[in-house]
Amino acid sequence: MTKYITYTSVFAIPIMITIILVHGYVKGVSMYDAFVEGAAEGFKTAIRIMPYLIAIFIAIGLMRGSGAIYYLVRGLRPITSLLGIPGEILPLALMKPISGSGSLAVLQDILVHNGPDSFVGRVASTMMGSSETIFYTMAVYYGTIGIKKSRHTIPSALVAHLAAILAAVFFCKILLSQ
Amino acid sequence: MNLIWFLMISFGIVVAIITGKTEIINQVIIKDSQEAVIFAIGLTGIMAFWLGLMNIAKKSGLINNLASLMKPITKLLFPDIPQNHPAISAIMMNMVANMFGAGNSATALGIKAMEELQGLNKNKAVATNAMCMFLVINMSSIQLIPLTVLKVRADTGSLMPTEIISTTILATAVSTIVGVVVCKLLEVRRR
Repeated sequence: MTKYITYTSVFAIPIMITIILVHGYVKGVSMYDAFVEGAAEGFKTAIRIMPYLIAIFIAIGLMRGSGAIYYLVRGLRPITSLLGIPGEILPLALMKPISGSGSLAVLQDILVHNGPDSFVGRVASTMMGSSETIFYTMAVYYGTIGIKKSRHTIPSALVAHLAAILAAVFFCKILLSQ
Repeated sequence: MNLIWFLMISFGIVVAIITGKTEIINQVIIKDSQEAVIFAIGLTGIMAFWLGLMNIAKKSGLINNLASLMKPITKLLFPDIPQNHPAISAIMMNMVANMFGAGNSATALGIKAMEELQGLNKNKAVATNAMCMFLVINMSSIQLIPLTVLKVRADTGSLMPTEIISTTILATAVSTIVGVVVCKLLEVRRR
């Protein structure tokens, strides 16, 4: 099963590219011109998102550099232990929505201290793969087009994130605990 | 976003001052602003590549075909997007790229989708229902192979680095479904 998923993953992008090019050729599109014309747009977008990236990178950097994130984690511990989330994975659960590279460092730390094949290690690994860096993603996507009011995006994303954490604990318990 | 950004910055600065790490503030400003620019520049190449390819797909009519194929799903999730609008194909391609862990390719396609959605938006500063839904799906989207996680597991001496793939797919499916449902519920309430 895992093997097949790996294969599809490796081939998905090349296949997507091939289909687009072959279809374009068959339909007689002047592909070189079309490609260059589309690619030019990429530069405009990159420059437009820069200020938003700087804003969010600095906010995340300050939270991490000052250690503020760890105080936040400590403050939220009572709530999460009430939900049956193992205390060891808490820093990851809280770091993941904020910073991708930060949470990778936390994951590494958890795996080194608890062992990657321990229950906590498995839950942490599952969680890392099944949830996203909410605030970062939002900053990039909404920033690019200049959205200032995100409405129900954050509440929905945070509930989904919580669901991912609880599901990770649940599935690791029933599928991987021999 | 305004409030969150303000809270993050001020909380960070206050903690740095209390713990006597004020020099960190300067370092962060210098280092992270630079990193943001480097990241954006790094994104430019892959972004240009995918937008170039998408332009070919648009001109050949492939994108229209794809969009009509996906009609049942997109009608349900994004009722506000007109059928055969270019936003739909960009969203679909972003989801595929996301699922297969294509990283920056997914980001490039996602930004393209957002720009198309903004074209449909009446109030340019406020997110539409479709934007919220797209972002929530994007954030919780199923990733078939979490490559970085597998690498960290292998590096830390796991005997079975890949055993978490099944649990990851299940957990991420649950979170996507929950996200979509919650998003739909909040949409209705605020209308």
